[in-house]
Amino acid sequence: MNISRANVSLFIPCLVDQVYPEIGMAMAKVLRYFGYNLQYHQQQTCCGQPAFNAGHRKKARVVAENFIEVFYNDSLIVAPSGSCVAMVRNYYPTLFQGHAREEQAVQLSKKVFEFSEFLDREGLIEKITGSFPGRVGFHNSCHSYRELGVKDEPFKILDRIKGFQLLQPKGESVCCGFGGLFSFKFDEIAATMANTRLGMFTSIGVNTIVSNDPGCIMHLRQEAQDKNIDVEIIHLTEFLVIAMDLK
Amino acid sequence: MKAEYSQFQAASRIKSRDQVHLTKIAKAIDTYDNAVAEMQSRQYVNWQKACTAAAEIKECALHDLASLLEEFEKNISGRGAKVLWAQNAHEARQHILSIINAHNARKVVKSKSMTTEEIGFNEFFEGQGIEVFETDLGELIVQLAGEKPYHIVTPAMHKSTSEIAQLFHKKFGIPISDNAEELTMAARAYLRNAYVTADVGVTGANFIIADEGAIVVTENEGNARLTISCPKVHIVLVGIEKIIPKLSQLSLFLPLLATIGTGQQITCYNSIIRGPKKSDEMDGPEEMYVILIDNGRSDIYRNSTFREALRCIRCGACLNTCPVYRTIGGHTYHTAYQGPIGSVITPHLCGFTQWNHLSFASSLCASCTQVCPVNIEIHRLLLENRWEAFKGKHIGITWKFSLAFWAFIASRRSRMNLLRKVVKPGLKVLTKLLPASKRKHIPEMSSKSFADIWSAYGQ
Repeated sequence: MNISRANVSLFIPCLVDQVYPEIGMAMAKVLRYFGYNLQYHQQQTCCGQPAFNAGHRKKARVVAENFIEVFYNDSLIVAPSGSCVAMVRNYYPTLFQGHAREEQAVQLSKKVFEFSEFLDREGLIEKITGSFPGRVGFHNSCHSYRELGVKDEPFKILDRIKGFQLLQPKGESVCCGFGGLFSFKFDEIAATMANTRLGMFTSIGVNTIVSNDPGCIMHLRQEAQDKNIDVEIIHLTEFLVIAMDLK
Repeated sequence: MKAEYSQFQAASRIKSRDQVHLTKIAKAIDTYDNAVAEMQSRQYVNWQKACTAAAEIKECALHDLASLLEEFEKNISGRGAKVLWAQNAHEARQHILSIINAHNARKVVKSKSMTTEEIGFNEFFEGQGIEVFETDLGELIVQLAGEKPYHIVTPAMHKSTSEIAQLFHKKFGIPISDNAEELTMAARAYLRNAYVTADVGVTGANFIIADEGAIVVTENEGNARLTISCPKVHIVLVGIEKIIPKLSQLSLFLPLLATIGTGQQITCYNSIIRGPKKSDEMDGPEEMYVILIDNGRSDIYRNSTFREALRCIRCGACLNTCPVYRTIGGHTYHTAYQGPIGSVITPHLCGFTQWNHLSFASSLCASCTQVCPVNIEIHRLLLENRWEAFKGKHIGITWKFSLAFWAFIASRRSRMNLLRKVVKPGLKVLTKLLPASKRKHIPEMSSKSFADIWSAYGQ
């Protein structure tokens, strides 16, 4: 497919960069399939959320400044994580309030998109075709769901793929228990939350949980492994690479 | 580590593993969720609009807080009620003690009031030799069990019928029964005697009405009405933030609170109290005191970032929706106000030193913000509290140092790459230094970073 030649800058969260590079590569494959010119800035590190959520705003700013410097000139920036996007979009303006880079932070906050909302906004979802086996449930990250309001987009994407049965727990999206440093400081609460969330899917027969956030994926995988829960947990981009058979 | 933090950690670990507790609470809150969802759609064309209207009224009320409170004082005093102001819990207790002593009172009936929890009412007055009877069924159950309320709206949510049956069997000597009605009748018989023999009735208030000069109490059991009207003296202890400007605004707030609080169209009893008994009236207390308590609220009020927390109408929705509350339960917090809103206000009311950890015990999922009927951005205030904790030097040196080190590394790619080279081979050794429970939370780094892969094949 070759429908676009727009430049897209890849915002690769630190967790993807260091732990799950395959998620970043999967996103690159999908975006490339749609004809985007992909840019990856080698100088990027992290959005600063770990320090920001820990309350250490001064240190969060130090890291976020690098982010602004790296991405400031881009016009479209896409990330495979609603949480990292929410940090830039919703909290950079607060973080830089009254600082030299305030205007840059505000401008940048408007150019950053979560993967599924980007596909939707670009009108690309209807161009997706493919097939995936099994019984699939979708876990939306809280930050994509509540901070960004990304609610229907992932389901519109799933809807384009044939072959699987979509099984979704009733009601609002529920937290997996990750919460960054929270899951380290309060590890047992976080593990039980993950267990509760996994149970919502496995109890209705889901064998593949698709999610749009590497943080949720890491946390849910840890709990599934710990408790021998038989369920695959993959990123939406990985799901698409398999379903669309992208090389 | 502060004692309160250690206590929280220890209690939360126990609760996180307690399957029986988890199942019980999940069941109770599922029933609540269904009732609320049904009532929201049955009673409201647009629930969000009602919430926005309520938030605006509370915001206006806060804007004019001082003058509205004075207006209330003037109006209710005109009908013979006495208004007393308490700057803190100690002053509130002293006010109440003076009233109790002036009437030689020995027996107090209380309807459900979180504000009395805030001042440690029961412990203090029982220590003074006063008999205190909780009259709300849930509150009575936790009082008899020697516990604290588990939840600001449903204090005995954690008790099953059979546990209550055992408790009543022990305390009232009645046969063990799994029939809720029989159990309730036993409590009723016990409390009827208390109402008619009590010297003083103590209530909180859900709203203070400025223009009418009235306080409003909503309830489902009629116990607050009896608490108000049977004894000769009625004491109201209420936070200054409960004020709303007009009586007519109750038409918005009463159904709103009932819908989100318990999934009811409206609570069964809604009392608007305008003063003590008049000379030509048969019933009611001869004296009425309204104690308006600050206890840290004006500190929140003066801080423009946190002021919106004072909009809270104590509906309990943020507790019910919170995945942390649902995991650890209400007692783990060890605070008068549990759950997300409790974690926001407790450090301000009771001190950041002891209570800042509560603001960190959240995954920031924002479900609390989503359900709040007065649009308080609760999760954002938790984040603000974390920053306050940092600024106030309440954060341990280990965390501070770790974050500073992390920021040093994560602010330059070259440093990140260097660290990766150094750390990756040794990461397994490093993680072994952590306690076993934490070890699994260190993810295994991939053999190549995304940056490595991209420069090799990406382009």
